[in-house]
Amino acid sequence: MTKYYTEEHEWIAVTGNVATLGITDYAQAQLGDVVFVEVPTVGRKVKKGEETAVVESVKAASEVYSPVTGTVIETNAPLADSPITVNEDPEGAGWFCRIEMSDLAELEVLMDEAAYKTFVEGL
Amino acid sequence: MTMHNVGRPTAPATTDATAVASTFTGNRGLAIEEPLLFEVGRLDVTGVDFDDVGAFEPRLGGLGRTAPVDLPGLTEPETMRHYVRLSRQNYAIDLGLYPLGSCTMKHNPRLNEAMARLPGFGDVHPLQPLSTVSGAVELVAELGRWLLELTGMASVAMSPKAGAHGEMCGMATIKAAIADRGEARDVVLVPESAHGTNPATAAQLGFRVVGVPARADGTVDPEEVKKRLGLEVAAIMLTNPNTCGLFERDIVEIAEAVHAAGAYFYADGANFNAIVGKVRPGDLGVDAMHINLHKTFSTPHGGGGPGAGPVVLSDRLAPYAPVPFVRFDKDGSAEFVETRKAAGERGLKPFGRITAFHGQMGMFVRALAYMLSHGADGLRQASEDAVLAANYVKACLKDVMTVAFPERPAMHEVLFDDHFLEGTGVTTLDFAKAMIDEGYHPMTMYFPLVVHGALLIEPTESESKASLDQFIGTLRHLAEKAKAGDAAAFKAAPYLAPRRRVDETLAARQPKLSYQS
Repeated sequence: MTKYYTEEHEWIAVTGNVATLGITDYAQAQLGDVVFVEVPTVGRKVKKGEETAVVESVKAASEVYSPVTGTVIETNAPLADSPITVNEDPEGAGWFCRIEMSDLAELEVLMDEAAYKTFVEGL
Repeated sequence: MTMHNVGRPTAPATTDATAVASTFTGNRGLAIEEPLLFEVGRLDVTGVDFDDVGAFEPRLGGLGRTAPVDLPGLTEPETMRHYVRLSRQNYAIDLGLYPLGSCTMKHNPRLNEAMARLPGFGDVHPLQPLSTVSGAVELVAELGRWLLELTGMASVAMSPKAGAHGEMCGMATIKAAIADRGEARDVVLVPESAHGTNPATAAQLGFRVVGVPARADGTVDPEEVKKRLGLEVAAIMLTNPNTCGLFERDIVEIAEAVHAAGAYFYADGANFNAIVGKVRPGDLGVDAMHINLHKTFSTPHGGGGPGAGPVVLSDRLAPYAPVPFVRFDKDGSAEFVETRKAAGERGLKPFGRITAFHGQMGMFVRALAYMLSHGADGLRQASEDAVLAANYVKACLKDVMTVAFPERPAMHEVLFDDHFLEGTGVTTLDFAKAMIDEGYHPMTMYFPLVVHGALLIEPTESESKASLDQFIGTLRHLAEKAKAGDAAAFKAAPYLAPRRRVDETLAARQPKLSYQS
């Protein structure tokens, strides 16, 4: 499994051609208490950069963009009843969906953990 | 002498006035701690003395209620006290300055209320024969004429019942015009600083929403708009003045580019109060704009309702306006067109009907009374005073708080960000809670989202200088207190409100929407 990050504070964990999507610890801290999460439906085709999930905090609703193109094959259903998981374990149990990627070349422009850490420190 | 020593003392005792006592009742002086109606009343009693109905045969065909209604029984004094006590806990524009930015908490002149209650206006029914309500129809037509004059537009749809309803009406008109052209444009451009209702309206009508980023100075970049224009773009939705309280100076260039690309220009008129009598949207190239009659020509935003959101339209969109409407002839005479058939016979193509009847008659009366009592010069002055008040607040606070866009004059509202609180440990939320202890309803906070920790202040035109000075003094005091390192005092605020801090997160995660005993 390899983990990649975006400048919009999403992460994906890639195993084979399947990417698990979530938001980073930095993102959850900025958003504050998450009160609602909307995940995509299984089977939905998503494009790179497309709105794929919605995270709502007490402050505002934020869109989560997919860093890759592909098809949603699994979603994290328990999040609907337990949005707090996104705050408690954003890079683990707080994942949103798994996407079967159609273009592995899209991974090349994403950051690794060290690069994202440097990116966040510069914010 | 006669020693009358039974009188009450008339000078205050020297006591520590700042000590906060806890009370047996939970009441704070004459501010009464009020339980829910369900907790006051009992399910097994009634406050009304009905005769016993005795045995009878219900004729509801088995559809009669079998379970108890579960409504609390209360006496008349209990009911009355409950609501009067709640009303005393409410903060209102009639109690004090209400600086809620983006909302225009406008003073409602009482003259308007008197006019709206005249029996010929207050008691009309929408199904009355036209011949019995010609005065009311004339009032609607007259108000329409004023709106056209003030906006420089060709036509007006009077029936929408609120701002967002007006947006829906204006965008539905655009959709109908595009369909009539035989085109399939389905994208609507919406700047980042837009009111949330703009993208929601576009999406509700089946458009795809594409965002336009804001420039560093808080306004929309025409180049960013041009980059996104194309054959699939139906319209742009732009608020002017925008939600940062800034006038969009490139609006004419944006309108021209939008028109050249074959799209329409929808202006959100929510902030029209800042420019009435100064700028006519029709001269800027606007194709459709809703006007919040509340917020602009009477009554505060959310001030007990109802609202009204007439939409003014350009020549290009006028034929598609919804029925019913009052149509003006060149000679100034007016005609009431009530059905699509009648409109069709006149060569018009209304997209349909957006509300059952004719709109909010009460708001029409209030708005026209406001216009007639102010006159053209008074309307202009109200706008100027609203802008002056916001800029006065900005000028007096710019050294202790951080103005988000200091180079630009503010319009009707001034936007601060939370840089002035950096390192103090106090957040915008804490600052707002401390304002409550000082007797102020907080300003709009954390909106617009384009600046960090936003504090958006709209004092409106009706505050006196003394009122503004006290408000400014309060904010200065709080800003200085925060910078002096007194964060702990802010974290626990408000101390004096009926409720301290409530758990908004828990309320959002596990909302309880009905009473359960």
